[in-house]
Amino acid sequence: MRGNHVVGEAAIRAGCRYYFGYPITPQNEIPEYMSEKLPEAEGGVFIQAESEIASVHMVIGASMAGGRVMTSSSGPGISLKQEGISFLCALELPAVIVNMSRGGPGLGNIAPSQSDYFQATRGGGHGDYRTIVFGPNSCQELADLTYEGFNLADKYRTPVLVLGDGMLGQMMEPVELPQEIPLKKLPAKDWALTGAKGRASRFIRSLILDPIKEEEHNWKLMRKYEKITREEVRWETYFADDAKMMVIAFGIAARIAKGAIKRLREEGVKVGLLRPITLWPFPFKAIKEISKKVKHFFVFEMNMGQMLEDVKLGLEGNGEVHFYGRPGGVILTPLEIARVISSQYYQKRLG
Amino acid sequence: MKKVFGRPKSLKATPFHYCPGCGHSIIHRLIGEVIDEMNLQEKIIGVPPAGCAVLAYNYFDIDMGEASHGRAAAVATGFKRVLPDRIVFTYQGDGDMAAIGTAESIHAAARGENITTIFVNNGVYGMTGGQMAPTTILGQNTTTSPRGRKEKTEGFPINLSEMLAIARGSSYIERTAVNTPANILKTKKAIAKAFRLQMQGYGFTLVEILSACPTNWKMDPVKSSKWIDEVMTSHFPLGVLKDNSGDKKDAH
Amino acid sequence: MIEIDSELCKDCKLCISVCPHHLIEPFNQLNQKGYAPVIFTESEHKKEDRKCTGCALCAMMCPEIAIEVHRA
Repeated sequence: MRGNHVVGEAAIRAGCRYYFGYPITPQNEIPEYMSEKLPEAEGGVFIQAESEIASVHMVIGASMAGGRVMTSSSGPGISLKQEGISFLCALELPAVIVNMSRGGPGLGNIAPSQSDYFQATRGGGHGDYRTIVFGPNSCQELADLTYEGFNLADKYRTPVLVLGDGMLGQMMEPVELPQEIPLKKLPAKDWALTGAKGRASRFIRSLILDPIKEEEHNWKLMRKYEKITREEVRWETYFADDAKMMVIAFGIAARIAKGAIKRLREEGVKVGLLRPITLWPFPFKAIKEISKKVKHFFVFEMNMGQMLEDVKLGLEGNGEVHFYGRPGGVILTPLEIARVISSQYYQKRLG
Repeated sequence: MKKVFGRPKSLKATPFHYCPGCGHSIIHRLIGEVIDEMNLQEKIIGVPPAGCAVLAYNYFDIDMGEASHGRAAAVATGFKRVLPDRIVFTYQGDGDMAAIGTAESIHAAARGENITTIFVNNGVYGMTGGQMAPTTILGQNTTTSPRGRKEKTEGFPINLSEMLAIARGSSYIERTAVNTPANILKTKKAIAKAFRLQMQGYGFTLVEILSACPTNWKMDPVKSSKWIDEVMTSHFPLGVLKDNSGDKKDAH
Repeated sequence: MIEIDSELCKDCKLCISVCPHHLIEPFNQLNQKGYAPVIFTESEHKKEDRKCTGCALCAMMCPEIAIEVHRA
């Protein structure tokens, strides 16, 4: 199944009945799939909005009304959604936002890249907030993490970003799709705006003019983010046990790196991989832990060095980091990156 | 003696923070009266603007959800699609509707979203101190058109309601004012009709209300009232701009 | 007759401009907010036989919902 279609199907199985989006390559198959499937689902609504701005605000309205709701776009469109994302966090509203990254900055191109890492993890919008960010590296993870995204969004009342890329969106792989959640089993939302029937009226807003109250609201959000940091970090290691050099990569780059590492291990190169699955919260502890045994790190990303900064933060100076990046949508083969990794490995006299 | 006029039940007891003579206060009251009379308090959801009325949820005793500047029509669309049997309305100023939110306003109308928009037109950006708005008229002085709005440099004002009437998804659009008791009564009837048509599924309904901003017009409230009649209505004529409901002309 | 809540009145004078019997007038006492609320002067004009008819134009015009109207 094609990655973009997997996202749509997993969302529907997670109980998402509301999708608002806009065409932008390389994620057009997501709105197309939703336009096909949602009207068939009970209560399903699909709107192709007039812009990425309008669609994220429709997400806000539908989320305030208590629905499970999703939007998707690529880098430039996610840029347009930044105000909306800041609002979703401030208003404490659940939603899933999917980014199938393309070459940038500006209009860029439609080839896959990973240059939206900063945009995804460093806010991009205004104010102090964080969003949960998933970095899937396969169609199976697109299914699992999109599905899980709705659950986490509801659990924490916060938006979840799925940071894919054009390659993941287009590739076709076998997928085991998650079990459909019946709508009546979805968690109840006692904060939603549904018309004040049988209860006092309520309002949801992020304007807090009194600085003391606004400060407290910020601390409340921070406490939530700290809880998420403690409980929702995910990562994976590959051939880490006896590694002398650790590659750190996410998403499609990690997929390519795995192929390279498999090849290198056959040649006796003792290299491993740490793959963050949540890009926020980032697996800082895991990296620090590994740096007790491993002193050489190789960061490979399809950008000019974004996750690189989180790796350096996590190491706290306890290791040497070599960075290899290819922006603009250039996709390396496992053989090509294997050569770069082994060259670095031997330069550092690790073998 | 019987009390024949008092505060609507669906308005909280909170005194308004609006300036003396501000149209928002009157319009809030009218909406409250309509909600009371049509028994909508338990099924209505409102979306306030960014602007002086950003704190509308402090006054209306109904569910309300904040939207960022200009996006109320999109937020309302989200609400209405999830909860189609509730009454959903936006309350927006001229900047919200016709500057930053123009696309959202036009497309909600074009799609025929079954929502009602209360469009408060006072020709300026009130909350931020009286800057030029899309509905500032030629010659009008504002803080960002200090020499008076000029055709050559600032261009023309926008008649958004006339534009929205062209959209096939809009079903009822009327422009009223709240500067005299007669106009106030017409405004109340228009709001009630818009909500009624929403309940009957007619599509996008809008009431544009010419409203005074005495502070930023630099006139006292009584003069502001007259200015609406003498000047504003020649650029923004009052009356029904569109009515697909089949009602007799100008009927409510 | 009408009752004006002087703590709500902001002295916009719109009620004065619409009262057909001119029974509302400005006054010089300040309320808590610093406004000089208007007053209902029917009692002062009893001799002229000017009475409030409860038309409620003042209440309709008042932005602050400061006026309650009572009719026989």
